[in-house]
Amino acid sequence: MERRKVIVYALSASTLTLVAPLGIRRLAQAEAAQAPAPGDPHRSDVVVVGADEEKLVLEVTAANKVRVRLPRAEVGQGITTAVAMMIAEELDARLADVDIPLADARTDGGNQFTGGSSSVSSLYDPARRLAAAARARLVTAAARQWHVPAKTLRTKDTTVVAPDGRTATFGSLTAAASGITHPDVPAKPKPAAQHRTIGRPTTRIDARDLVTGKARYAGDLTVAGAKPAVVARSPKLGGTVVSVDDARAMPGVLAVVRIPSGVAVVAETFHHAFQARDALKIKWSSGPIATLSDAGIRTRLRAALPPLSAAPRGSTPVKGEFEFAFVSHAPMEVLTAVADVRTDRAELWFSSQTPVEAAESVAAAIRLPAGKVRVHVVRAGGSFGRRLNYDAAIEAALISKAARRPVKLMWSRADDIRHGRMRPATYRRVRANVKDGRIARLDHDATSVNEGAGHGLDLPIPLGAWRSVDSGTSRVAEELILDEVARTLHKDPVAFRRTRLTAPAKAVLDKAAAGRWGRLLPAHWGQGVAVHEEYGSYLACLAEIDATDPRKPRVKTIVMAVDVGTVINPRGLEAQLMGAAMDGISTILHAGLHIDRGAVRESSFADFHYARQRQSPLDFKVHIMPSKRAPGGAGELGVPAAAAAVATAYARATGTHPRRFPIVS
Amino acid sequence: MPQYSLTVNGEPVTVDAPADMPLLWALRDLLGITGPKYGCGIGACRACTSHLDGAEIQPCVVPIADCAGRQVTTIEGLADGDHLHPVQQAWLDCDVAQCGFCQPGQIMAAVALLNRTPHPTDADIDKIENVCRCGTYHRVRQAIKKASGHH
Repeated sequence: MERRKVIVYALSASTLTLVAPLGIRRLAQAEAAQAPAPGDPHRSDVVVVGADEEKLVLEVTAANKVRVRLPRAEVGQGITTAVAMMIAEELDARLADVDIPLADARTDGGNQFTGGSSSVSSLYDPARRLAAAARARLVTAAARQWHVPAKTLRTKDTTVVAPDGRTATFGSLTAAASGITHPDVPAKPKPAAQHRTIGRPTTRIDARDLVTGKARYAGDLTVAGAKPAVVARSPKLGGTVVSVDDARAMPGVLAVVRIPSGVAVVAETFHHAFQARDALKIKWSSGPIATLSDAGIRTRLRAALPPLSAAPRGSTPVKGEFEFAFVSHAPMEVLTAVADVRTDRAELWFSSQTPVEAAESVAAAIRLPAGKVRVHVVRAGGSFGRRLNYDAAIEAALISKAARRPVKLMWSRADDIRHGRMRPATYRRVRANVKDGRIARLDHDATSVNEGAGHGLDLPIPLGAWRSVDSGTSRVAEELILDEVARTLHKDPVAFRRTRLTAPAKAVLDKAAAGRWGRLLPAHWGQGVAVHEEYGSYLACLAEIDATDPRKPRVKTIVMAVDVGTVINPRGLEAQLMGAAMDGISTILHAGLHIDRGAVRESSFADFHYARQRQSPLDFKVHIMPSKRAPGGAGELGVPAAAAAVATAYARATGTHPRRFPIVS
Repeated sequence: MPQYSLTVNGEPVTVDAPADMPLLWALRDLLGITGPKYGCGIGACRACTSHLDGAEIQPCVVPIADCAGRQVTTIEGLADGDHLHPVQQAWLDCDVAQCGFCQPGQIMAAVALLNRTPHPTDADIDKIENVCRCGTYHRVRQAIKKASGHH
């Protein structure tokens, strides 16, 4: 596999600080993996650009801490833990001595993108090389201090150890190491066989902060003078303010300002802000899609499909048309952004998967030069793609500018669900032409709602990339058809799939199915399997569902087998797949949005039915395949196969042909 | 503006607030106690779950006036100094949290469940309504079972 050469060089003199430029080859690869299929245009308005370089900065402090400012967002996926493990591995540092703060948005350009399941794969080499370079300098510094050959020294627990037992902490060596340009030992990462930290199941480095309430999200920050702000938004999508009687006289209200998305209230507390918002008398325009509902969208999506090509002669078609509803990202932490806009500069705090683009867009919105907007990236309470966009940051900046004070803007949950963004509604048509006991030709066409992109069904609905993007729906449609083909051919679904898969995909399918597939199940239960290959990784999922009450199905078991190449943290990988399984269960069975006359019907977790504990599998297993390959992606990997396995299991349990998702809507 | 005195995590506090201010905003915006999270404001997602006189509540739907003279416990009040509550320790041992935003509420709900039902069945655990959008439910279940050994 091609690897960009990583140049490591010393930056500062007082402590050892190293910077490694990263290539964006992996990013390009991730984008290619997400590239839309023909007839299924890209619908996200996320612009992912960047210069060819970004920098990962490692610093060893005098207090014996290793600090790496990470050009990625931590949204729960565990990237800070994975990178800490890579650094600890190559430095022989204690994991507890490694801190991974999130880097501010770079102002000198550069890629700082979190998405496309690319973080681990893009950081694996640079992070290890960076730490190996730091280790070589620390060892050299100790050798010169002790007048012993550097190659006789070992490193262990954030300390350099001499053969005679002398020790020196990295912190005590950092000043001397910072002056070393030509280390006496090679700065090369360890061979994988020597890994002690990489590959070991490891608890998140922030786990204690997360269980004690100490972890700080944007809304928990104390920024001097920043006051709570909320926005009154149009009941209908795309509606605008016609007139407003403002509520400036309400108790606790500090400012009421108009922004393009509505009317913002700044107040002493969020209670005051919400009360004043609700008291505003606003006349809204009905918006550009005020008469449009789900049925109309469905009809228009279907009409936008290209005509089916001719079937091969003598073949038998097995086909289906599939409808997928809009789905909210609904991260637990609603969009929140703190903004302090002054006449000549601005400073913002929020979570962003694309902070460089966010800073540029904020600057444009408030008419400041791009270099005058500073963005601090804050940990997020979930994302699932939602924080690729930075709607709240732009709003917060506009409100702060208009109100002439720092503000802490928070979307309400109703804002979040009713105003998006959302996974677009998608219509898929799959036709398999079967001849001589196999699929002679497979046609898969899709159209989805698009937001101003000029193709697909172009509607002014706020959309965004949702974990696994197109694959989350395309895999479902194809696996259902594969099952239906297997049935017409009287073939076992696993055996039939095996004939169509690459070797690593076959291996994960065999592993997931082993000992369980085909076992005797109670009446109205069903099994389903699905296999997905993306991000340089392979995953098979087996689901067992109890559909005794087809309106209240319960997925009882999820078994996944996964090959992601080299695994950094098996415990973190399992967590990602657990979440992906719940996304699959939710989007297939219960969780979708409805559009009624231009408005989203749902407004909270009371009606947007993301799965709860009672819908989670009692039995959940992940088998991780051993591999020496470079790391592939994992964050989104589990969603398509989980969704498809649940759908095929439901079909078998109920003897139905599911075509509209979520099934229980 | 009315004044309310209550005990939060063992400390007596007094707040000036309108009677209908939800406890959540009194905690977060007046007292700076940010462990309880806003997730919906209508008691549906339960990210703010805390305890009032030892019983589970959703502070986003409990007015401050109803808390006068009573004991409020948030996630910050669960540990005994550096010594974690057994449920927090079980959460750590099972590495439950992902983004962590709902976890203060999940933990407070689990503590309340275990106080009521020291050895909960799967059916008891299924009754927990707290939403976790990262989908940590399986580890939540494991951690509750692990912690129930301590009760």
